[in-house]
Amino acid sequence: MTAMPDTLFINARLIDPASGMDAPASLLVRNGTIAEHGTGLGVPEGAEVVDCAGAVLAPGLVDMRAALGEPGAEYRETIESAAAAAAAGGITTLCALPDTQPVLDDPALVQFVLRRGEATGSLTILPYGAATKGCQGKEIAEFGLLREAGAVAFSDGTHAIASARTMRLALSYARAFGSFIVQHPEEPALAAGGAATEGELATRLGLPGITPAAEAIMVARDIALVRITGGHVHFAHVSTGAALALIRAAKQEGLAVSCDTAPPYFDLNETAIGDFRTYAKLSPPLRREEDRQAVVAALADGTIDAIASDHQPADPDDKRLPFALASAGGTGLATLLGITLARVHGGDLTMLQALALLASRPAALLGLEAGTLGRGKAADLLLLDPERAWKVEAGRLPGKAQNSPFDGRALEGRVIGTWKAGRRVFG
Amino acid sequence: MLPFPHRHLLALQGLEPPYIADLLDLAESYALLNRSGKTQRDLLKGRTLINLFFEDSTRTRTSFELAGKRLGADVINMSVSTSSVNKGETLLDTASTLNAMHCDLLVVRHAQSGAPALLSQKVDAAVINAGDGTHEHPTQALLDALTIRRRKGQLENLTVAICGDVLHSRVARSNIHLLSAMNCRVRVVGPPTLIPAEAGRMGVEVFHDMRAGLRDADVVMMLRLQKERMAGGLVPSAREFFRFYGLDAAKLAVAKPDAIVMHPGPMNRGVEIDSAVADDTERSVIGEQVEMGVAVRMAVLDTLARNLRRSARL
Repeated sequence: MTAMPDTLFINARLIDPASGMDAPASLLVRNGTIAEHGTGLGVPEGAEVVDCAGAVLAPGLVDMRAALGEPGAEYRETIESAAAAAAAGGITTLCALPDTQPVLDDPALVQFVLRRGEATGSLTILPYGAATKGCQGKEIAEFGLLREAGAVAFSDGTHAIASARTMRLALSYARAFGSFIVQHPEEPALAAGGAATEGELATRLGLPGITPAAEAIMVARDIALVRITGGHVHFAHVSTGAALALIRAAKQEGLAVSCDTAPPYFDLNETAIGDFRTYAKLSPPLRREEDRQAVVAALADGTIDAIASDHQPADPDDKRLPFALASAGGTGLATLLGITLARVHGGDLTMLQALALLASRPAALLGLEAGTLGRGKAADLLLLDPERAWKVEAGRLPGKAQNSPFDGRALEGRVIGTWKAGRRVFG
Repeated sequence: MLPFPHRHLLALQGLEPPYIADLLDLAESYALLNRSGKTQRDLLKGRTLINLFFEDSTRTRTSFELAGKRLGADVINMSVSTSSVNKGETLLDTASTLNAMHCDLLVVRHAQSGAPALLSQKVDAAVINAGDGTHEHPTQALLDALTIRRRKGQLENLTVAICGDVLHSRVARSNIHLLSAMNCRVRVVGPPTLIPAEAGRMGVEVFHDMRAGLRDADVVMMLRLQKERMAGGLVPSAREFFRFYGLDAAKLAVAKPDAIVMHPGPMNRGVEIDSAVADDTERSVIGEQVEMGVAVRMAVLDTLARNLRRSARL
């Protein structure tokens, strides 16, 4: 096998959220890793030169929450199609939810997903292990064996771990393996049967509501469990100001509490479900405008540790149903960066903050050698034209799943190239 | 009469008052025609009306059937059992079947909010929502309004108390939209567990004490309490509900002396309404509501068919 030729990126605006660098420079990739960056780098013999023409060269994104159709729901999406969408979105590392069919509660299944990710050649897929057997919320899974097999952390995916006792045991036991529990923070008894955020809009549409308090109640409970176990809880797709206030206070108290949110919760509010628009049916449901604003504020002040795609592929048949029967969730890989950049263009976040939330901070949280332009690290890179305009069109997105809640949204800032371990995988 | 601005009748939310008034005026004329024993069998001649009911409802279906036949439409009833329609693709399969049949007017009843709206995106016919989930039931509110207007001479400035299970009631929602648009003072009355979130933001006053809610009301509109609501624990028992929220003569006494009593049917006697009140011909207009139902549905079919004719000419 011949060695990969060197690649020299020139005329780039290098942004490394891990070090805070934002400067015009060149970057040299050798043997799939970042060898050097700075100004005045010479062109090594035989090197391929990529002229970035002033575009942003940044670490590939680390998406810490995405559901994949595989295994079990390949009609919605395969790992291969998800990888194509991820590459187009600048994502080079992705954490996959374990509530697939079958559930990833066995080391062999974790290894299977890892290998399927490797086979794409463009995307590292790090599966979560199930927090409980079968994601049933009753008995904790084999954290030690799953961790050895490569599970990145533990979660029941889209299911909340409802039993306080089970959650207590999971938080406690995960400490033995230096890992944490990712919770879907929604009290199931209050959310059962619900399709939209409880309030005037759901009342007018005659849709069963979910009170926003269902989120804060679960967050408050789990923070109390962290206090007694010394465990680490991570709250996924946090969407309400009340929950964020609890998380902010817990962090100030010094507890091991972290959280992420997803683009719909800082870009859309409940009015997106309009006349029963099922592509905007998500879990948790889209919230009111004041909650959207609270999410933006928590991104800016650092309370939120990461922005994840919260990708949930669906088939048109899953969505062409009366609203309450339609499946929840939206595709999010190709739009993760674009929607986040809208907050940069809107002045709520700096470019460095945005890329930290999308790459270096989730990588640090998960203990990964990713999300950085550090020398010696894998050359997982994205090239971004922050001003290039495009429009999200369901039906024309990369990958199989087209159920975007952002259908029709005009965006500014597009990925023009993606590299995985030095090899170009998009653009 | 103004040209009706919509192809379908899916909801009353957002329907402007002049169009509501037009529909009521036209319905009034059909009420007179029906009483005279005459018919207008040429109006919808050659038109196909399909009653597509995913939920059982003898009363509403019969009312639409009669309305269609009195206007000369070919009326077909399709009942689809809910069990076979849990898969939504069936709903859209049904739509393509209906298109192939060249259905002109489609009356839809469905247990899911928004189902008629979904169908309306896929069918060529004009869709009439005959009740969808807990969303709306526009023709019921129109017939209620017509009944009130005939009894009270007007709608403006009346105080209407809508009582009982407002949370699950599409009838209540449609009535709230229509009556508010027509400048009624609308109250909703019920236990907090049966009042939807932020009901006050729909422009109604909320009461949890029935006597306070009925005080000086011109119209008392009772809603049906379904047995499964009790099973869901939203109210502890039928007897407790009747004691505090059932309409009996004592509670009705605080309303205006000439207040009328309405119910969309079918009634649960002894749960939300006492038989003595339901059968009091001085106060109860429940029979007239059924009569006005046919007239209102004739007016709706007529109105939507005019748009069909216009689009056919284009």
